[in-house]
This record gives sequence, structure tokens and C-alpha cells, in this order.
Amino acid sequence: MGLGELKVGCGLNGLASYLALTILVTFTVKLSQMTEKNTTVIQATSGWQVIDTAALWRYRDLLYFLSLRGIKIKYAQSILGVGWAVANPLIQTLLFTLIFGNLAQLSSDGSPYILFSYTAMVSWSYFSGILTDSTNSLVNNRDMIGKVYFPRLILPMAPVLGKLVDFGVAFVVLIGLLFYYRMVPGWEIVMLPVLILIMVFTSLGVGAFLSALAVQYRDVQYAMTFMVRLLMYTAPVVYSVAIIPEYWQWAYALNPMVGVIEGMRAIFLNTREFPWQWVGTGAVVSVLLFLYGCFYFRRMERHFADVA
Amino acid sequence: MIEVSGLSKRYRLGSSKRDDTLVGAAKGLLTYPLRNYRELRQRKKFADKGEEDDTVLWALREVDFTVETGEVLGIIGHNGAGKSTLLKILSRITEPTEGRVVLRGRVSSLLEVGTGFHSDLSGRDNVFMNGTILGMSRREVRQKFDEIVAFSGVGSHIDTPVKFYSSGMKVRLAFAVAAHLDPEILIIDEVLAVGDLAFQEKCLAKMDNVSRSGRTVLFVSHNMGAVEGLCQRCLLMERGRKVFDGAVPEAIARYRDSTLSRASAVDLADRTDRYGDGAIRFQRVSFNGGRPVVVGEPLRVEVEFLCTEAIDSWQFTLRFCRNYREAVIMIDSKSQGVALSAQAGLNKLTIDLPSCTLMPNRYLVEMWANSSNATVDGLFDAASVTVQEGDPYGTGTMVYAPHNGLAIAPRGQWRIAKDAAPVSGT
Repeated sequence: MGLGELKVGCGLNGLASYLALTILVTFTVKLSQMTEKNTTVIQATSGWQVIDTAALWRYRDLLYFLSLRGIKIKYAQSILGVGWAVANPLIQTLLFTLIFGNLAQLSSDGSPYILFSYTAMVSWSYFSGILTDSTNSLVNNRDMIGKVYFPRLILPMAPVLGKLVDFGVAFVVLIGLLFYYRMVPGWEIVMLPVLILIMVFTSLGVGAFLSALAVQYRDVQYAMTFMVRLLMYTAPVVYSVAIIPEYWQWAYALNPMVGVIEGMRAIFLNTREFPWQWVGTGAVVSVLLFLYGCFYFRRMERHFADVA
Repeated sequence: MIEVSGLSKRYRLGSSKRDDTLVGAAKGLLTYPLRNYRELRQRKKFADKGEEDDTVLWALREVDFTVETGEVLGIIGHNGAGKSTLLKILSRITEPTEGRVVLRGRVSSLLEVGTGFHSDLSGRDNVFMNGTILGMSRREVRQKFDEIVAFSGVGSHIDTPVKFYSSGMKVRLAFAVAAHLDPEILIIDEVLAVGDLAFQEKCLAKMDNVSRSGRTVLFVSHNMGAVEGLCQRCLLMERGRKVFDGAVPEAIARYRDSTLSRASAVDLADRTDRYGDGAIRFQRVSFNGGRPVVVGEPLRVEVEFLCTEAIDSWQFTLRFCRNYREAVIMIDSKSQGVALSAQAGLNKLTIDLPSCTLMPNRYLVEMWANSSNATVDGLFDAASVTVQEGDPYGTGTMVYAPHNGLAIAPRGQWRIAKDAAPVSGT
């Protein structure tokens, strides 16, 4: 009995009694798991909850199909189909190249501006794609929330895999462009998975937080469109970090996307030394955002069906 | 096994106070975001016990019961009696405010068929999607896939996008997935009210199978026939409380009594269990102005309704039903070739039927208003009508209700022929 029903921080007991309690509770949970494997207890909860990773794992197939559904629905009945995954960032890049590269003559750290901004756009599209879809995930699937139980966290998580396809396709084009400009990525390419993880953690954390908020306040959804656009200019997508005063760059790097984008450029365009410090800062911030987002989501989860 | 103890659930309804002065309205416009914020915030916040205003609704109040392993329990009650809330709590969709439920065994709950269906996806994709939402693993769905397709009768269309399916096909496919769940505890809400008759039979047979195989089933329905056929025990809910727990026939009898007495109140303005977007709201309905309704004699239906704005064209449908959603006859403006419109404000619709063709009995009335593309108002159990015995053919012979059906036949022309020479006789 009492699986996953542990209340976190239920009072100001002494540390010793708290530890004793924890051990006792863990033991009883184990015991009850052994005796009654499939017992579910339903009762009111309050405050912060632990994240039920076991349930998430049990529903991993749902995550897979939700991701798949996202991809299939998106490209159903379209002529270009998955080609839009390339067309979107490419067209934006061309626009940026025209406006910021040619007209405004922004610096691109010595590489062709089109590569400079496309590298950033590929990452940014992935990041903003997850962010937008996660934020809208609960509201868009509110019928489902009212009709069936599953760990709700699956919903904001689904875009991570879904958007990975778009990212992959756009990435292939990036490699094509690199070939064309005869550029070779540095050894730091081993850091690429870390950069992707930073994007995933950040967007998922913020997305989970905002989706929980959007269930109750639809304003979040409406504000999202221009917020994402605005956010893009806080990251070095169209410009280089070089225009930020050196003294403030540490603060600027608190935005995890700074480390990601500059890291990508360092890997593929060799614009600078790999920015370990910015990536490190970004990684820490992204993990914090992720944890906060998930816990906030769990805290709000119990009201979703009632307010959605 | 299911143990429910002291289960309560409280909701806060949105309040909608409106200013009727211009200054008040202008002030309201300015403070509108702030008020909205407060209201939205309040939806999940409650003052401490004791301090409760009229925006708080107890959808469920101190419900206790136990279902033993292998038992099939029916739950009946009116709309708004708390059945759905109870199911939502048992299905872990929403949390109770108070109380506790212990479920021993793997649980599947079906509050709707076809959750997660998307019209752009093929039948195959939807089966996998829906199956995993209901808690099956990909492997389980794959193993049962052929059976599911066979059960649904969708056949070779399984790879066609669902949007090209007829609504019947869609429902059959959705139910086929649900029917292949393999839980120890099954919680079902009224999913049998879908599909054509043959398919319903098939579903009932499947349900019967499930309950015979020693599984615990909780079954909420308005279909008394199904409850009677499937359940061993029955709960009757009223206004969030359990009012009866025991033998099925007695529960059904109590339900019918309370339905008929409740529905005879014809003031509809305060009903909250309605459908539609509210452009029209039925306020009141009466039959023969309160005088008796007699079989074979004229019947006048008067409906008062409120419109938020003028409506050019709408459709009115009224059904006399024996049971919930089991209509006997229908009166419908569109099929009778009548174009209806309405002004903003209170309107009154009067329908005169030359003869009441319902057999003497009690009927529930269901009312719907539809605009060209949507339901604007709808009520089940809007009222009840008792049709009195009479002499519909004017022959001095009264018709009796039992065993004679629910509607009377029109008067026929009767002949007996011998050697093909007609002998008239009316």
C-alpha cells in the first residue's frame, strides 16, 4: 500500500527521526510491493510530489506513439511533407542572411553568414519547437486528460522525440552545406549529444512548467507565439556573442541556448574555441530548469482534469 | 477488489455576475483581467471547512462501498448524481477531496471509446495509439491486433485514415480495442450507448464474457436492460450520495420512480446538465397546458426558450422516450418541413398535434435545439408525461397499455374479400 504516495517534507521533525521514518517508509513500500504488486491507493495529495519514474517507464510505449502521432499528423495531407523541416529553418536563414548579413552587415565571426545563422537556426528550431509544442500539449489534449489516466508528464515529453526527426532532417542539410563550403567539424563534435541534451532539458523544463500554467490560464498559449520570437533575439541566432560586452558574457550565458548555439558554431564552423564555460553554465541552468519544471508540473497535475 | 471509503469531491463552479449599468459595465471592463485571474485561481482553492458559498459544489459526498473480486456492480443515477465524478476518481483522472480508494488488481477504465483517435491517422495507427493510452504495451497490441480488426469488422480499411470511416465504423474499431483489454478490474461508463444494435449485442456478449471470467467490473449506465442483464448488485446515486446499495431490480425500480417524479417538474431554467453552446436555453415546457394528455386526443406542446440573439434558422427536436435515450416517437421541425427562427429574448414555440399516438404510459421527454452546425441546447429527462387511457378510435373501446406496445397504429381501412369481390366494411 502507499506506492508513490509518500509525502515529501511533512513536518519539521529532527533529522534523525526523519531518516528513521524514511527507512521505515521505504521498507514498508518494498514489503507491500512484494505482497500486493498491483495495488493502487487513491487519496488526496498536497504539496510537492516525487516524480513517478516507474509509471513513466510503464507508459513508455505511449510516449512513443504520441511522438509518432505528432509527426504523422503534422505531415499528413501536405505536399512537401517532412520537407517543411528543412524549408522552415532554411527560408528563415535566407531571410536573416539577406537582412542581417547583407543589409545590416552583422558580424558572423568570419564564417559565411548563411552557415553562421543556419547552424543556429537548426538548433533554435528544435528548441523552440519542443517549447511551443510542450506548452500547448496539455491544452490540446485536454479531452484525453479528462477521460483516461496516464502519467501526464508524457504529454509535454512527446515533442522531444517528435521534433528530433525535424532536427535530424535539418541537420542533414547542414552537413550538405558544410560539404559545399568545405568545412570539417572539429573533434569537439563528441559534445554534440551534450548540446542536444541541454536543449531538451531546457525546453522540456520550461515547456512542462508553462503547460501546467496554460491549463489554468490560456493566456500562456496566446502569449507563446510572440514570446518565442522574442526569445530568439535573446539568443545569439542572428548575431554573434561578440557584440555582448565581455564583462557581461557570463550573465548572458545563463541562457542555456547561448552555450548550445556558440558550441554548435565552434564545432562546425570553427568560429572560436569550444566555449566550455558557457556550455557548462548552460548545462547547470538547464538541469535546474528541468527539475523545477517537472516538479511544478507534478504539483499541479492533480488539478489538470478539473481545470482543463 | 475495490474499497471505497468516505469519498468526497468538491468543485468550484465559475460564477458569472454581470453588471447591468453602463458605469458598472465600464468598470467591469477595466477590472476584467483581474477578476478573471481571481476566478481562475480560485477554481482549485477552497476556504477552510464551514465557509462555503454557492459556487462550491459537492459532486460526491461521503460515498462508501466495497466490490469483491469477481463481482459486477452497476451504478445508476441521474445526470449530475455524481456517477461520472466517482468514475473519474476511480480511474485516477482526478483526485478526491476527501476519502480513500484502494484498488487491488490491474485496472482499466473506459470512460469513452476512442480516446486519442485522430482522424488523419489510419485505423492501424489509431489502434496502437488508443491501445497504449488505455495502458497496453506495444507488444500486447501487436499480439491482439488481428483479433481487434476482426472484432471491429473494419477489414481491409484498416490502413485508411479514420476520417474516411463512417461514424459506426469508427466506434466499432474503438470499441474493439477496448474489448481486448485484459484487466482484473474494469471500470466502464456507458460505452455501450454507441454503435448499431447488432454491434451493441456483440459488445454486451463480450462484457458478459468478461464478467463471467471472474473479473471485477464497475458498470455505469442508463441502459437499465444492460444493468439488469450484467450486474449482480447495483448502487443508486443521488446528488452525490449513495442512496441505495443492493439488489438490481430494487435499485432500478427506485431509479425509475425518482426519474419520473423529478422529471415532472417542467421548469428548465435552472437545469445545469444540459448540452449545447447556450445560444438557446429552454426555460419551460408544458403539455396540453397542464391538462391531461390522453391517447388519441390532440396534444399541444408549448416550449418557452431564451435566445441570446436573434436566430434565423434552427431545428427543434423533441423525443418521447421510455428509457434513457430509447425514443418511442419524435417530433422534429426539420423532417416536418418547418423552418424555425427566433428573436432575441424569450420566445414561445407551440406545436399542435392532431392526435397523441402514444400508448398510455409514462414517458421521459428529451429536447434539442440545433443550429445549422451545432447543438445550441439539449436536455435529457427534460420532463415526464403520463399519457392517460382513452378511446383513440372513438369506438367505445379503450386501449390498454401492457403488452400492446408504446404507440398506437393509425386507423386502418379493413376489408375481407371472398372470391376477389370486395365487401366494404369499416
